[in-house]
Amino acid sequence: MTIKKPTAESAPPAAPHQPRPAESRAQRRFHAGDYGSWWWALPALAMVFCIHYLATAFGGYYSFTDWNGLGPATWVGIDNFVAIFNDPQMAGAVRNTLVIAIVFVVVANVIGLLFALALNRTLKSRYLLRVLLFAPVVLSSLAVSYVFRFIFAQEGALNALLEAVGLESWQRTWLADPTWAIVAIMTVLIWQNVGLTMVIYLAGLATVPQEQEEAAAVDGASMWQRFRHVVMPGIQPAVAIATTLTLVNGLRVFDQVMAMTGGGPFGATDTLATVVYRETFAFGRFGYGAALSLTLTFFVVVAAGFQLYITRRKH
Amino acid sequence: MFRYTKLTLVREIGVVLAALVMLSPFYILIATALKPRQALLTTPAISWPETPTFDAFREVMGEAGSSGVWQGLMNSLIITVGAVAGLVAIGSITAYVLARKLSKVSNVVYALVIAGIVVPPQLGLIPIYTSARSLGLIGSQWGMIVLYIGMIMPLSIFLYAGFVRAIPREYEEAATIDGASKFKVFTRVIFPLLAPATGTVAIMTGLVIWNDFFNALIFLQGTDAATLPVFMYGFVGSLTSRWDLIFAVVIISMIPILTFYLFAQKKFIQGFAGGIKS
Repeated sequence: MTIKKPTAESAPPAAPHQPRPAESRAQRRFHAGDYGSWWWALPALAMVFCIHYLATAFGGYYSFTDWNGLGPATWVGIDNFVAIFNDPQMAGAVRNTLVIAIVFVVVANVIGLLFALALNRTLKSRYLLRVLLFAPVVLSSLAVSYVFRFIFAQEGALNALLEAVGLESWQRTWLADPTWAIVAIMTVLIWQNVGLTMVIYLAGLATVPQEQEEAAAVDGASMWQRFRHVVMPGIQPAVAIATTLTLVNGLRVFDQVMAMTGGGPFGATDTLATVVYRETFAFGRFGYGAALSLTLTFFVVVAAGFQLYITRRKH
Repeated sequence: MFRYTKLTLVREIGVVLAALVMLSPFYILIATALKPRQALLTTPAISWPETPTFDAFREVMGEAGSSGVWQGLMNSLIITVGAVAGLVAIGSITAYVLARKLSKVSNVVYALVIAGIVVPPQLGLIPIYTSARSLGLIGSQWGMIVLYIGMIMPLSIFLYAGFVRAIPREYEEAATIDGASKFKVFTRVIFPLLAPATGTVAIMTGLVIWNDFFNALIFLQGTDAATLPVFMYGFVGSLTSRWDLIFAVVIISMIPILTFYLFAQKKFIQGFAGGIKS
């Protein structure tokens, strides 16, 4: 212990700090008040309250107004939300967000789980490959998206590869094609997050005792049966964490779209986060933008809650 | 059982090939950044440059090019370090109080703080943006640091709280018997014991802030305080198809974080895999 005696800068040697020899150790058992002081938490609580609750509540209020950032805000009821779902571009953004998020969750988790199963044990290169495959996770998703923008560019790597293997007929301007542009954005998301899901599944697999798998194998269980009935139940918590995390990240997709397509061609790759940015901060339509934000918040909270509910129940 | 057999070797080769496909974008990134400008237009995008050159790096870092790279790096560094210091100092002490006081109130407060991790920040950002605009805080490094501290505080508290619960209460008893004040018990006994948590918090929050684009774009775009991602976004927008220059900037932005990762990869991976375990 580094503290031997009260030093000069500590509070004046007030009575409460003096050991009271009359009391036994048991009598001196700690009261709840002895671990720090309540007010130590106040700066953080004030910040969290202002930024996460107060500001969000104000934002929620704006979504029912036509506020433009200046002047007074007029209450317009649910007009903004009606407008969102009647505007084909906004409805498209909602649909794109959901499609991207769902495909992303499924593919990123399946590939991540496959890599985790492959690199769990036995393979000699497993430590090196884990470190390399996780590397994209720590990078800026904006920077990563620029790499993929070049890969999918007209003069880019994918078309060059297709030419090299004699598949010129497959070449196209990927990011100018509404369907392929979405696929390209999903690809970046998946590529950057496979390392993350892999690491979560590896942590889950580490909790499955090898003896159980061996026992099942001795009893004649096939590889699939071992996975289905021994491994899967053991990694249920990891599945809950990885799918929820990827779902929330997928619904918030922003950087990848801004870097690769800017929402184009003709809004084909717009997502909720990109239209929130454009309407609110570029066009200054704060009321409408707040309504879009509230829609996004709604999807994220419902999705995360639903996800946790079904994965908990299975568990 | 589960020994290394011929079949395992086949499996190993397959996995290594799959990993190489996963890592191929790094090859494209480096090959393109090192290509001379003419080769960029005349050779296939997947070829390795015959005469690798650092011209693109010289151009984006030198006088002639935009020195915005350096400014962006400095801004990213100042804002990240400042916000992480705040998240460590304030997050640890708050988590300590919330996790140690076993009252109903502290449990409810803790749950409300943690809920902040899931709720997307966009909705709250709108009033924050308009107030920051009227207060003249747009483009302020201090404003950005405070905003990040508040936004990411729930994550910091969550990560610290798990570690605080694992510290036996006897430590505080012993220190108090030795005559330490409550504050000293925290700074001299608890905080040093939380060192592994501090490492995890610094890495996780530092990564979020260093890589953040959305918030930085809203509050710092077009100002002298623009961080690296915001600078990069403007830089790419100003020149299309100069992939050598774009990739030089992309590589420069990746080097600090990748260096850090290679030195502390265990801690990084544990943070992502274990921080969410509790």
